[in-house]
Amino acid sequence: MVAERSKGVAVSIAMHMSDGLINAPTSGVFWAIAVIGLAVSFYKARQDLTDRTAPMAGLVAAFVFAVQMINFPILPGASGHLLGGALVAILVGPWVGSICIALVLAVQALLFADGGLTALGTNIINMAFIGLFVSWGVAVALRRLAQRGGVGLAATAFLAAFIGVVGASLGFVLEYAIGGAGVTSLGTVFSLMVGLHALIGIGEGIITALTVGAVAAIRPDLVYLLRGAPQDLQLRGARQPEGSSS
Amino acid sequence: MHRLPPEVKVVAAFLGVVCVVAVPREAFAVFGGYFLLLVAVWALARIPLGWIARRSLIELPFVVLAVLLPFAEGGARVEWLGLSLSAEGLLAGWNILIKGTLGVLTSLTLAATTPLRDMLLGMQRLHAPAILTTIATLMLRYIDVIAGEARRMRLARISRGHDPRFLWQAGATARGVGALFLRSYERGERVHLAMLSRGWTGAMPQLSDARTAPRDWIYGLTFVAAALLLTVTGFVMT
Repeated sequence: MVAERSKGVAVSIAMHMSDGLINAPTSGVFWAIAVIGLAVSFYKARQDLTDRTAPMAGLVAAFVFAVQMINFPILPGASGHLLGGALVAILVGPWVGSICIALVLAVQALLFADGGLTALGTNIINMAFIGLFVSWGVAVALRRLAQRGGVGLAATAFLAAFIGVVGASLGFVLEYAIGGAGVTSLGTVFSLMVGLHALIGIGEGIITALTVGAVAAIRPDLVYLLRGAPQDLQLRGARQPEGSSS
Repeated sequence: MHRLPPEVKVVAAFLGVVCVVAVPREAFAVFGGYFLLLVAVWALARIPLGWIARRSLIELPFVVLAVLLPFAEGGARVEWLGLSLSAEGLLAGWNILIKGTLGVLTSLTLAATTPLRDMLLGMQRLHAPAILTTIATLMLRYIDVIAGEARRMRLARISRGHDPRFLWQAGATARGVGALFLRSYERGERVHLAMLSRGWTGAMPQLSDARTAPRDWIYGLTFVAAALLLTVTGFVMT
């Protein structure tokens, strides 16, 4: 049904926890928290989208899924793909966004065995909640900067994405500390995960900043973060259409 | 196995992985038992080994962590081939490796026997919230459309000479992602209107009326019972 995922060095897969990394009771607790979190998100998403919830969230989730198939270069030879947490939080808001990311994670676990079934709860907590809401918090804190336009918005999106990715990896370290296999090596796991995800976060931040900028330039009314901000009429010079997309 | 109702398979796979994760890591023989159980399921369902093997590579990033632990953990050391390894770390690494592998293999068995559309049907029969199954259904219907658009945009970029090798060249990719978002979002608005014009009431119609026979549940849960037996054996052994 779904096309094969591209075979590049997908760095972000390191974030998808597998079964057995966290013991059974801890996994159960995080599953329960994830279910409660999703229930809250569904409730809030309905307020954002009313009866449009299902088609809009479905299409945005499909977008996140497609985006994760696009590889971008990080260093020569290594490429990563977007996680998209900060991106959807800024574009469609944290409630709809968390539902979309959680669904994508569930489909990845069921279809590609990417992330374990018992670890799905922790994965949803890390990426759909911790990462996404940390990004959203940063974005809201910097909203005034973002509303100033171009550079401000890009800087906000970059910081939101970078801090969100690092925050999600801290969630991993926290879960590992509670129910992980090793204890004395916590420092090593911490520096490995946070260091790796700081690198991923830079890539995620740059792509998120450019993408949000591109959307804001065409349909600023669709950027959730900028809702309610007065939109000034802009005079734009006639520019040659860019040939970057078909 | 392929014809078993999807909700039975989803529940059985999930409970099976829970059994694997719960077992004490020192019960080495028990993990062999789980593996044999999975092999038996593959034989019954006629899943080619190569299909499973190729997709199980997804696990690799965690193998790295599992290999790292014997070096990083403290405590009693074990000398092996001139390397000083931590006994605790070896056990922890083994724990991650074997449970992760068995988990991946179980998920892949589920994926091999159950199309995603059927899994949604299973979720619906398991009384998952309607909004969840509805969003998931629409997502799955449009994944191919959106992914196709992403592929065409990539092709268009490449045919215009796009070849980013460094992150600071990724601007065109990002603008493509932005355009993809706009297209997806606006398509969502159109889909919503199209659904309304066809009498959308806010809930998906039941995809199938078929009821699951108790016989199917018993068949599916036999495998879970075997896994549970192994888990109990593991606790008794250690």
